[in-house]
Amino acid sequence: MSDKKVLLDYGSGGKASQRLISELFKAHFSNPVLNRLDDAAFLDIAGPIAMSTDTFTVDPIFFPGGDIGSLAVHGTVNDVAMLGARPRFLSCAYLIEEGLEFEVLERIVASMARAAEKAGVYIVTGDTKVVPRGMADKIFINTTGVGTMLTDAYPSGENARPGDVVLVSGTMGDHGLTILAQREGLPLETKVESDSAALNHLTEKLVTEVGDIHVLRDPTRGGLATTLNEIAQSSSVGIQLEEELIPVNDGVRSGCSILGLDPLYLANEGKFLCILPEDKVEKALEVMRADENGHGACRVGTVSAENAGKVIMRTPLGGKRLLNMLEGEQLPRIC
Amino acid sequence: MSVLDKFSDPKLCRSLLDRIHAELDGELRFMEVCGTHTVSIFRSGLHSLLPDRVIHLSGPGCPVCVTHESEVAMYLDLASRDDVIVATFGDLMRVPGPGGRNLKAAQADGARVAVVYSPFDAVKLAQANPDAKVVFLGIGFETTAPTVAATIQMAAKAGLDNFHVVSFHKLVPPALRALMADPELRVDALIMPGHVTSIIGPRAYDFLAEEFHLPSVVTGFDPLDILQSLLELVRQKNAGRAEVVNMYTRAVPEEGNPKAMSIMNEIFVPADALWRGIGMIPGSGLEIAPAYERFDAKKVLGLELVDVPPIKGCRCGDVLRGKLTPNKCPLFGKACTPAKPVGPCMVSTEGSCAAYFKYNTEL
Repeated sequence: MSDKKVLLDYGSGGKASQRLISELFKAHFSNPVLNRLDDAAFLDIAGPIAMSTDTFTVDPIFFPGGDIGSLAVHGTVNDVAMLGARPRFLSCAYLIEEGLEFEVLERIVASMARAAEKAGVYIVTGDTKVVPRGMADKIFINTTGVGTMLTDAYPSGENARPGDVVLVSGTMGDHGLTILAQREGLPLETKVESDSAALNHLTEKLVTEVGDIHVLRDPTRGGLATTLNEIAQSSSVGIQLEEELIPVNDGVRSGCSILGLDPLYLANEGKFLCILPEDKVEKALEVMRADENGHGACRVGTVSAENAGKVIMRTPLGGKRLLNMLEGEQLPRIC
Repeated sequence: MSVLDKFSDPKLCRSLLDRIHAELDGELRFMEVCGTHTVSIFRSGLHSLLPDRVIHLSGPGCPVCVTHESEVAMYLDLASRDDVIVATFGDLMRVPGPGGRNLKAAQADGARVAVVYSPFDAVKLAQANPDAKVVFLGIGFETTAPTVAATIQMAAKAGLDNFHVVSFHKLVPPALRALMADPELRVDALIMPGHVTSIIGPRAYDFLAEEFHLPSVVTGFDPLDILQSLLELVRQKNAGRAEVVNMYTRAVPEEGNPKAMSIMNEIFVPADALWRGIGMIPGSGLEIAPAYERFDAKKVLGLELVDVPPIKGCRCGDVLRGKLTPNKCPLFGKACTPAKPVGPCMVSTEGSCAAYFKYNTEL
């Protein structure tokens, strides 16, 4: 493309749009399904299937550990994977603000292509709209994912049972604090980096090699605390956490301490939690720790019939406190 | 174990808890002046481990909670002006004003509100928006006021004429003096705010021991800090002593922070101030000094406090004065929750009602 910036013409459906599709999207996303460029993608897929959609509006669009493009792939791939499915195809719709540097768009598209390849999914259909300057903030991306189910007894937030164990795949709050620190230009003493990653290869191993996985969830917005509260309520069980077992990076811990934020309410984009029967724990941890996205996996709590609907945390001192659902967004404190 | 972890070391904490259980003779009603202490007591689980006879009462140490209804009404009116960008710390976004309206709702209605992480960001905002008047909401105690003062100095140096501060800053010692003089108040001892004291120094509280015979301890926010302080208070009470002890020497120098005080005293002058639930306390606030009045939003923009009736049924005032624990308020957890706060003690992250609601497993 010869233009340096994205023009309104690119969303017109005319020649400029065609050039964008052939010289950018097709060049990066090339795969047999997309390359036909029909009005719809022909998918050779048999049910039952899992499907999820999400729209990504992250600011800033490039951040340590990722960018809006890879995030848009990881987010939807992970949502499909958390149902115990193998994500196969993604659609991808861009809403671009007129004037975005073409080089920026290309970096994002290339990053999406790399993320999709690593996750083993095809981007098979898409859409581009360009809106006048000021009508959107740089770029928004929507992705929809479709995957094939790997098990009939699929994991669900309703399936936590008393006696089950809660595992997490690694440290909590990395993505949320990274975005906040970048957006606000906060000078944190220790480097923090987003954990953005596709988790489907690991969850597939858990579902097929370990089995009997009751719940799989990626604690994105609202963090671990909010996700566990949703599970406690959906399954009508109580969840007890051991605070000292929950992994949090030192940089995230100290950044949160300065800002008055709780890492357990911050978003994660490359972590998941897994609830399963006690007799499966050892095998599950072995599988998780052998994977690049699960080497920090550990046990953090248990499920019980008491305190149904509540998440209760045992502090290192042996005291107890409620871990409530997040109300709105976390806001930093005055002093 | 890192140095920081030592301040929450379970073994050390356990032995202090045992000492408190063993030595406490009767009841100890202590006031944690600072909201962060309240939150820490709940977050660490100390609330569930302390003897029942240790009764902790909240004090007026959450800057959001003590912001008067009339002050909230004033800044909400200010936010509705087309030519104004309100810059604020995040805590104030959900504080309900008259009719339950807050800055979040104002923003959705089109008000220009910017959440900043430092008052210096508000100066940058003014530089980036020369056509607008950027007004920083100056709410906070002695901890925050010096930084806001430095921001005004910075704006003066940059020759900015579109940066203003609406100063609702409040001072802790005059408020404590007014509270302790209340004959209805039943407090045996106090835990003093670490952050505020790092600026004003522990000697600012000597009057508590001398005039009111109240033991008090300046302390940090980790479980070990709090437990050490409680044991000290138990021992003082048992011995009939009343002293101001600084147990937060790693952060609080005896003389406080003279440089911060000097900047604060150059930009601000003491003034009477309204405290939510308490009312007017003479000399307990800070106004912008006449030499800097071009930065004073109240003067430049002609803002005036109007009477706003207290919210019906809200007992935040009694909570702030240590007369009521949050869960005893008839609205607590029913009409008043973090989702729909009636009073500011439920909305602020440091508010005692929010801490009770958020962390207390017994509710």
